[in-house]
Amino acid sequence: MKVLMLGWELPPHHAGGMGIACYQMCRGLSATGVDIEFILPYTAEFDIPFMKITPAHHQSVDSVRFAGGVYDTKDFAVTKSQSILGELDLRQQHDLYAHNVAKLASAKEFDIIHAHDWLTFKAAMLAKQVTGKPMIAHVHATQYDQSAGGHGNPVVREIEQAALMMADQVFAVSQHTKNVIVREYGINPDKVHVVHNSMDVTCDIDESTNLHKYLELMKANGYKVVVSAGRKTIQKGLTHLLEAARKVVDKNPKVLFLLAGGGEQDDELLSLAAAYGISRNVIFEGWMNGTGKPWRDTFRIADVFVMPSVSEPFGLVALEAIGYGAPVIVSKQSGVGEVLRNCYKVDFWDTDAMADMSLALCERPALARTMWEESYREYQSQSWSKSVDIMRHRYHHAVGASS
Amino acid sequence: MSKSIVLYLHAHQPWRVKPFSIFQAGQDHSYFNDETENKDTNNRFIIDKVAEKSYLPTNEVLKDLLVNHPNFKISLSITGTLIDQLEQWRPDVLQSFKEIVATGKVEIVAETYYHSLAFFYSRAEFVKQVAKHANKIYEIFGVRPTSFRNTELSYNNDLAYWADEAGYQAIITEGWDPVLGWRSPNYVYRPSYTENIKLLMKNYRLSDDLAFRFSDRNWSEWPLTTEKYCHWLSETEPNGEIVNLFMDYETFGEHQWADTGVFDFLRAFPAEWLKSPDHDFKTITEAARTCEPKDYVDIPQTITWADTERDLTAWLGNPMQHDAILALYSLEELIMESDDPILLEDWRRLQTSDHFYYMCTKWFSDGDVHAYFSPYTSPYDAFRFFMNAYRDVTYRLLEKGLNP
Repeated sequence: MKVLMLGWELPPHHAGGMGIACYQMCRGLSATGVDIEFILPYTAEFDIPFMKITPAHHQSVDSVRFAGGVYDTKDFAVTKSQSILGELDLRQQHDLYAHNVAKLASAKEFDIIHAHDWLTFKAAMLAKQVTGKPMIAHVHATQYDQSAGGHGNPVVREIEQAALMMADQVFAVSQHTKNVIVREYGINPDKVHVVHNSMDVTCDIDESTNLHKYLELMKANGYKVVVSAGRKTIQKGLTHLLEAARKVVDKNPKVLFLLAGGGEQDDELLSLAAAYGISRNVIFEGWMNGTGKPWRDTFRIADVFVMPSVSEPFGLVALEAIGYGAPVIVSKQSGVGEVLRNCYKVDFWDTDAMADMSLALCERPALARTMWEESYREYQSQSWSKSVDIMRHRYHHAVGASS
Repeated sequence: MSKSIVLYLHAHQPWRVKPFSIFQAGQDHSYFNDETENKDTNNRFIIDKVAEKSYLPTNEVLKDLLVNHPNFKISLSITGTLIDQLEQWRPDVLQSFKEIVATGKVEIVAETYYHSLAFFYSRAEFVKQVAKHANKIYEIFGVRPTSFRNTELSYNNDLAYWADEAGYQAIITEGWDPVLGWRSPNYVYRPSYTENIKLLMKNYRLSDDLAFRFSDRNWSEWPLTTEKYCHWLSETEPNGEIVNLFMDYETFGEHQWADTGVFDFLRAFPAEWLKSPDHDFKTITEAARTCEPKDYVDIPQTITWADTERDLTAWLGNPMQHDAILALYSLEELIMESDDPILLEDWRRLQTSDHFYYMCTKWFSDGDVHAYFSPYTSPYDAFRFFMNAYRDVTYRLLEKGLNP
């Protein structure tokens, strides 16, 4: 089975959970003999031995470089002979990627197209048109999620709609996501298959000194740290967390909140914390490389990790937090809650309950310890193998149906 | 060779704590009054449900049997927390219990009023709860218990010693193989270090055939008929003097629903057993009086009738459970000092073992049973609501100038 895998990011250049998920699922698929060629929109060096990684760029250029996050505008630079020919924004890069993938596809041998999220969907549709190969749309997040239940960007929504309809099969990272695809996009549930995200677990114990010197000292003085990490965008529900934070601090001023991640809500959240009069207790941290030590240390410093998302297709970050030693609170509007039992689950709007849970975990070490130990056992039993089996089964199904 | 069945039923309902947030602590001093419709933390809703499914139909069958079979007898324990709820909401059900006891063939077994684990945390509190229960039983049923059972049949040598000193003629526990050793549960024993009291141990295989397996269609012996069951009871340990069938009262109608045929089984069972002139039924105290102890049984560690481990880990198996129960008992002195009967009652209702059971995380091996019996979505929610109620108790103490 040869798969043309279309993705927008891979570690270490990933901005969110999708890059990690793509990397780990490809490793799992490859281990069972699936031959993968992964087409990225940019050029970079990778230390990834289990699949071929190909940048999709025009033959007239040497490379597509990017600076900063792969989702930011004006961050892609087309270069030839080390000189920059032009800068592209996300839309331009999206169109160019689709065009180049179609060209690549017509020259390559493969059995199936497997594309991850809207940025690669146009490319997948073009590749399907030129090669006639079956196409799988793998949904990690939709515009519905990213606009927290709204319509989202109409251009993107249209691409999603077309791809979901055109796809031979759709993979959804959770039942939550499948429900969105069926309900909001009107897709036949029979072709939507739940492939839960998972996590390949490393159990190395990190005993290095934490970079959060200030928080370390505060903790030594009896403070507790509640962490949330993710893009500061409406989907992630951080305004609700701040409302809960106000209620927590009112009861216990020795609880600090660390909000890590960049995003367009930065200023809004900062102002909101000030308006609540809890600026002293809320610490904002910007974007971080998802494999670096600052990122790891942000989890390691946590007494409690909260994922208050308004609509979260999966939420691998909650599993990551458990791996780094924190008990977690996740919103009921998340996919990870479908696979994780030993955690608090809360409606994102129920800030009383969110505050109550945070206080309980901060103030009763026995609760935090029990919940974390039990959740860590679940974390350790995570593996991609079940999801890999489902995907392989579906590959054969799709290829068989189309030949 | 004559053989007696000792059928013992245990009836209990806790006062479940309503979803109680930290923002209610200090404002709302009622923890047990969830009135949400159809909610499992609505105690009245549960009492009504179990009354219709189990208590009323079972008492009706039992009354018929007690009246019509001179040799049919049972032992019954009924907790103070259940009696209180029945008095408040279902006096008709309490009346049906009174009627079966009035036949004179039902022995009421002593226990803690609040179905608590007080024995392991405060002997003074334990003794008060046992006395309160005995007084309540006398007030309602007009009898004084002569045998003792501790919560969840938890038992060790110390408990037997206490019960012996307190004058009980019999005490009961699980017939767990590791403590029985070569012995059989089908005789009466004497606890180590005691003079007079006798020990009856549950035959868990035959009890569980009825209590757990009766409706299990995957069980090779399904369906269980009275003929088959009575045959097993006679054949097991042919020289045995007693067979101790100990189970939850709610086995009839609640754990095993009416449509499984459990009431038909109960209705037909005594007649089938009594077909042989060598067979009869005895109450716990009767068995203790009439059978000679075969041996001493030494149980230094605490055993219970729960789970595969037969220990207290379902209640006290994780740090949350220890934290919660220690926090609660640490208030004892101040609660007594407060001299506030309502505060005392709330504190005691929080001692009921069920609260700690709901915090159990042994989901992966014993999971189903625990999931079935918990009104909360997770053990962590159970802990949170309980501790918030505990905080409110401390708030009330502080208001009286008593600083926990």
